[in-house]
Amino acid sequence: MSSQDSEGREVSGQIDLRGTPCPMNWVKTKLRLEQMDPGQLLEVLLDDGDAIRNVPRSVKTEGHRIVKVTPVGAAFSLLIEKTARR
Amino acid sequence: MDHVDDRERKTAGGDGARQQKTALAKPEDLKAGGFIPQRQPGKITIRCKAPGGRLTSERLVRIAEVARKYGQGIVHLSVRMSPEIPYIDLADLDAVVRELGDVGQEIASCGKRFRVSTACAGCEYNPNGLTDTQELSRLATERFFGQDTPHKFKTCFAGCVRDCVRCRMADLGFQGMVRPKLVAENCTHCGLCVRSCQDQALATGSDELPVRDLSRCISCGDCIKACPFEAMVAEEIGHGIFAGGKHGKHPHTAYPVAEFVPDEQVMDVIETTMNWYREHGKPGERLGNVLDRVGVDPYRSALREVVGDRLLTARDLAQPKWRRIFYAGLAETFPAYGEVGEQER
Repeated sequence: MSSQDSEGREVSGQIDLRGTPCPMNWVKTKLRLEQMDPGQLLEVLLDDGDAIRNVPRSVKTEGHRIVKVTPVGAAFSLLIEKTARR
Repeated sequence: MDHVDDRERKTAGGDGARQQKTALAKPEDLKAGGFIPQRQPGKITIRCKAPGGRLTSERLVRIAEVARKYGQGIVHLSVRMSPEIPYIDLADLDAVVRELGDVGQEIASCGKRFRVSTACAGCEYNPNGLTDTQELSRLATERFFGQDTPHKFKTCFAGCVRDCVRCRMADLGFQGMVRPKLVAENCTHCGLCVRSCQDQALATGSDELPVRDLSRCISCGDCIKACPFEAMVAEEIGHGIFAGGKHGKHPHTAYPVAEFVPDEQVMDVIETTMNWYREHGKPGERLGNVLDRVGVDPYRSALREVVGDRLLTARDLAQPKWRRIFYAGLAETFPAYGEVGEQER
């Protein structure tokens, strides 16, 4: 994983959630986001299938912004920008 | 409209206390008022009205208090979402109806009439909900509650195609559906929408943009929820309509009759269906049986006056999407029974 996004912004955290089932992958994503400051970027690696079907939806529902989605082999990298709690 | 007068006379509704004396006349009248005779002589179960299963905490507390004071401290949630208070003495009916009524808790109904509508949580706070099922079930109950029909008439509102409320088993079911639209300029070709679709309705086209197969799209909206970039948005939200379903001793799966019917036509669909049912149904005959006996086409003709080209045709129902969400448990599974048991015939 790179430590900068395509616009050169620093990626503050990375979690590899390949092999982590639902809903623990979302729980871990959420807990990590809670430790971060608004505007910071978190990169998560998610399996295809249930994980990539469910986690992005939960990220959106919580009000965070998905900046970029990139295929990584059979998995996906999700770049999430933490937003302030509404 | 004479059935409105009938409602005034026969059902408890908001002023159950006033009508309770006439309701005591015979068992059918008791049931019309939501008072169900128990196997214990002199005891009745009182069914409380809660369209969509929604109650204020004040009403819920009052129901609990009444159950403790006049019943045996228990409440049963009916399978159609009505809180029922069993073990009420006939002699206490007046007091019970009055004490419930003080906080606006009305009595439901039983028997051969429009029943309290059921609904899922809908779009108000459920992430999957597409339609405001709670408000529609409240409006439908307010408008049609207690109106007489040849047999019982149960309506329900499901907020999406997950159909937690089981539209196919209701006399008239409304199911939320959404038609997604691609906003190509927002698309980053990430492919999440294609991944989210469980019905092979989305594929990545030659220009990397998602391409939709409308004959396969079951209108669930998963692709809209999956898209991070607002490239997949709702073009149209409406109701799929299922008519003639029921459970009971002789279950009947509903006919899918219309799709993408807008909110503003919902009450007209109910009224048209009830009028058609009253016109064609024999006493004691459920809508599904009337449709089988008279034919679904006369009803479809009546419905067309309300929903126009949103009426489903035989060609529509031949599409894979309808087979996926409707026929899978029926026609498609019969061949799977195979030869077992055939030799004995």
